[in-house]
Amino acid sequence: MKSPLHHPDLSTDILNADDDSLLITNISRRIFLKDMALTGFVLAAGFPSLLRADETTPSSTKEKYGADAMPHGWVDNPLVFVAIAIDGTVTIICHRSEMGQGVRTSLPMVVADELEANWQRVRVEQAPGDESRYGNQDTDGSRSMRHFFMPMRRVGAAARTMLESAAAAHWKVPVQDVRAEQHQVIHPATGRTLGYGELAKAAAKLPVPARETLRLKNPADFRYIGKGQVGIYDGQDIVTGHAQYGIDTRLKDMLYAVVARPPVFGGKVLSYDAKNALKVPGVIKVIELPSSPPPADFNPLGGIAVIASNTWAAIQGRMALKIDWEKGPHGSYDSVTYKAELEAAARKSGKMVRNDGDLDAALQVAAKRVNAEYYAPHLAQAPMEPPAATARIIKGVCEIWTCTQAPQVSRERVAKWLKLPEDKVTIHVTLLGGGFGRKSKPDYVIEAALLSQAMNGKPVKLTWTREDDLHHSYFHTVSVERLEAGLDTQGKPLAWLHRTVAPTISSTFGPDSKHQMATELGMGVINVPFDIPNLRIENPEAQAHTRIGWFRSVSNIPHAFAIQSFVAELAVAAGRDHKDFLLDLIGPPRRIDPRTLGDVWNHGESPEVYPVDTGRLRRVIEAVSHEATWGRILPKGQGLGLAAHYSFVTYVAVVVEVAVDEQGKLSIPRIDIAVDCGPQVNPERIRSQLEGACIMGVSLATLGEISFKEGAVVQDNFHTYQLTRMDEAPREIRIHILPTTDFNTPLGGVGEPGVPPIAPALCNAIFAATGQRIRQLPIRDQLRKD
Amino acid sequence: MIKLNINGKLRQINLPMDTPLLWALRDHQGLTGTKFGCGMGLCGACTVHLDGAATRSCVTPISIAVGKKIVTIEAIDQDSTGKKVQEAWLTQGVPQCGYCQPGQIMAATALLKLNPSPSDADIDKAMSGNICRCGTYCRIRSAIKQVASITEIKP
Ligand code: FES
Ligand code: FES
Repeated sequence: MKSPLHHPDLSTDILNADDDSLLITNISRRIFLKDMALTGFVLAAGFPSLLRADETTPSSTKEKYGADAMPHGWVDNPLVFVAIAIDGTVTIICHRSEMGQGVRTSLPMVVADELEANWQRVRVEQAPGDESRYGNQDTDGSRSMRHFFMPMRRVGAAARTMLESAAAAHWKVPVQDVRAEQHQVIHPATGRTLGYGELAKAAAKLPVPARETLRLKNPADFRYIGKGQVGIYDGQDIVTGHAQYGIDTRLKDMLYAVVARPPVFGGKVLSYDAKNALKVPGVIKVIELPSSPPPADFNPLGGIAVIASNTWAAIQGRMALKIDWEKGPHGSYDSVTYKAELEAAARKSGKMVRNDGDLDAALQVAAKRVNAEYYAPHLAQAPMEPPAATARIIKGVCEIWTCTQAPQVSRERVAKWLKLPEDKVTIHVTLLGGGFGRKSKPDYVIEAALLSQAMNGKPVKLTWTREDDLHHSYFHTVSVERLEAGLDTQGKPLAWLHRTVAPTISSTFGPDSKHQMATELGMGVINVPFDIPNLRIENPEAQAHTRIGWFRSVSNIPHAFAIQSFVAELAVAAGRDHKDFLLDLIGPPRRIDPRTLGDVWNHGESPEVYPVDTGRLRRVIEAVSHEATWGRILPKGQGLGLAAHYSFVTYVAVVVEVAVDEQGKLSIPRIDIAVDCGPQVNPERIRSQLEGACIMGVSLATLGEISFKEGAVVQDNFHTYQLTRMDEAPREIRIHILPTTDFNTPLGGVGEPGVPPIAPALCNAIFAATGQRIRQLPIRDQLRKD
Repeated sequence: MIKLNINGKLRQINLPMDTPLLWALRDHQGLTGTKFGCGMGLCGACTVHLDGAATRSCVTPISIAVGKKIVTIEAIDQDSTGKKVQEAWLTQGVPQCGYCQPGQIMAATALLKLNPSPSDADIDKAMSGNICRCGTYCRIRSAIKQVASITEIKP
C-alpha cells in the first residue's frame, strides 16, 4: 500500500544528531508514523486511483467564479482528504498552507464536524503540492475558507455516510435507523454502537456517495464550526519549539547555502573572485547562478551562491566574495525622483477606467472644489521567517521542503527549471513563519533546486537572510493617488475624480505593462460604492523598476488610504460630521452589481452571489461607531478617526483612537474594528487575524517604507525597515464581528480585509487630535515638534 | 573544540569561536526551536537564556556562552515559570504563524522570573525587542498578565 501522506517521509531520514536525546524533530509525528505502520490506513485504502479535479468539478459553460475559476478548482473526494486507521485515528489532509491564519485547524475542523469525528482523535497532515489531486492550493486572496468550506463539508459528510452505511450493513438495519455521533455509529433502537476504527475497513469498500445525495448537517448541530472552541492544531508544537518551518528542515548530509544576488533588479554578475570566500572555514563551494531575462516572473535573480557546512559559514563566505555587478536598465531607480514622476503623471489625465455622468461640467458648477494627493511607498512583506527551501535530487527525483503559499506553482516551476517531468518533483509544505504574499512567489524554491542540482543532488538548504528578504522581495507597489471633488452649496459631493498611479503587478509577468490590472483597480478604486452622479476614475501610466508583487491586501492599501482620508477631508470642507458624511456618501442600502461600477473582477466571485452591498457597509460603520462611542469628547491632543473599506468580499469599518503628546509622540490606546465577513467558521481565528491586521496596518502607516537609491533597496534590516513593536502597538484592540452567523449566506475573506482601513482611520484620528493632515505614508516623524 | 552546557547537558562543539550561538544551536545541535529572524539582535526570534538572562543568540559568539547555562525553548518547560508561560500562550491563543513565539516565550519567562507581577511599562520594556509580524502583541500582554495573576494568588 502506497502511503498517501508525503510529509511524514521527512522524518525517516532527518538528520540524526550524535545523541538521541538531541533529536528534536517532530516527535508526535514520528510516533504517529509508527502507529500507522501497525494499524494501516483503511478507509483511505491507499487513496487509490483518485478522481481528478477536472472530473469532480462540475463543468459549466457559464462564467466560472470562486473556486471553480481557480486553477484545478476544488476536490471533495473523501478518499483524498480523510483516512481512518483501525485504532480510530482520523487523519485529515490540509491542502492549503498554514501561515498563521489557522487554516490547518479551521479546514480540518470543518471536515471533522461533518464527519462527527472527535477532534481529540483527529490528526492533520499537510498535503504536498499536487492540485490535480487536492484542488487549488494557492494560499492567497483570503479565500481558503470561502472556497473550501462547502467542499470540506461534503468531504466530511461523505465519509460519515460511508461509515453509517457500513454500520447499517453490519447490523442489517436500514441506514436511516443509524446515526454517526462523535466517532461512533449508533443504532438507537437497540443501543448498539460501532466505533469508526471498527467500521473503517468495511466503509472503505463502499462507493463514495454521490454529491447530490449527501446529507449535510443542520448548522444548529455543528459542534466545532462557528464555535471558536478548538485551539490551534499546531499550538503545542509552536510553544515548545518543535514546530517545523521551512527554515528548520534538516536532512542527512545536508549542505547550507546563501546567495549574493544582483543589488539592482535586472542586473547581473560581471565578474567575481571567490578566493577569500573559499578560505572561510566550512565553505565548500562557490557557484554562479545565471540571471534570468525579463519579465521577472518567479525566476531566480541569479548571482553567486556559497555552499557551506553550516549557515554561518555560508554567510561569512558570502561576505568574503568580491563581485562586480552590472546594474542593468534599472540602475538609476530612485524613490525621490520616482515620487515626483508619479505626481506629475497624476496631475495629467490618463487612461479612463470609469466615467459616470459629466465630471467636467459638474466640477465647473461646484460651489467648492477640494483636491489632495496621497503617497504610499513600497513595502516588503517581511515575514518573520525569511524565505527558505531545502532540495535534494535522487535518481532524477527532486524533493523539496519549503514554506510556500504556492506549492503547485513551485512544483511546476521547479520541474521546468530542472527539466524533469512534474511527477518527479515533490513539494513538501512545511509551516510558514508568516507569508503575507512573499511566499506566493517561489523564486527561492527554484534557487534551492538549482543548487542541489549543482551539488549532484545532495540536499541543500537555502536560507535567505533578512537583508536578502528586504533587498529582493516582490515589493508592494508605490503609488500616488490624486483625488478631486466638487461639493454643492449644501456640501454634498457632485463630482469625484480619482487618478491612481502605481506600477502594476502585471509588469512582473509581462513586458511593459504600465497600467493597473482589473484585479488592482477592483481593489477599492473603480468599485468605490459612493452615491455620486459624476464620477471618473483614471489610471495614468507608471513604469515599474523592481519586482512588484502581492502584499497582504495588495492595492487596497493605497486606495483605501487615499479614498478614506479624502472623505474625511471633504467632511471637514462640508462642515459635517465624518461618520454622517460618509454614510450619506455611501447612500441608502442597496445591492450593486459590481459590473455596473466597471469592476469585472469582483475578487473572482460571482456578481450575483456577491454584489456590493451598501447596507452591509453601512452596518459595519454604524456598529463600530456605536462600539467606539463615536462623537465622544476627548481632551486636547486626542482624537478618533474613522474609515471603512470593502475588500475580499468582506466589509470592515474601523475607529482608531490616538493621543499625540506635546513633542508629537503618537500612541494608540485603542482600535475598534467591525467586520461583516458573512458566516464565521472559526470566530476565534477571525479575531486573531483582525488583531494582526490592525497591527500590520499601524506598522505600515507609521513606519513602513522600502525606498530605492541608484537602483537598490536602501533598507537592510529591522533597524532601517522598522516594524511596529509592542510598546508602540495599539494597547487595546476590540473586534466586533457581525451579524449573527447564518450559514446560508456566502462567506467573505478574513486574512486581508482588516488591513486597508487602518492607515486612513489612524491618519483621520491624528487630524482630529492635532489638525495635522497626513497625506504621505509612513507617518514616521511627521508629527515631531522639535 | 569547546563544551557548552545546553539544556542541562554538556555538548561538544567544534566550530570557530566567533560562530554565533544561534547557528551552533540550529545547525550543529539540531535545536531549531531557536529562530533566525534578523541576525543583528533586532527582532528577538533567537532569544535563549544564558544563566537565566534573555539573550539574543544571533549576536552571541559561542565563546561567550562557555561556562554558562544555556536554556532554549525546547527545555523551557522544565522551568515552572516557563511551563506556565507556555500554558498561558495556549489559553490565550497567542500564536498565529508561531515563528516569533519561541523568542517571545523565552523573553516573557525571563521577565516573569525576575518580576512576577510586571506593570504594562515593564512588559513593554522587556518585550519590545521581540518583533511579531503577525501582530500578536495584545494577546502576549494578556498571557503575561495571566501568568502574573496565577503567580500572585499562589500562597
Ligand atoms: S535573529 Fe537574533 S535578534 Fe533577530
Ligand atoms: S506569530 Fe507570526 S511572527 Fe509572531
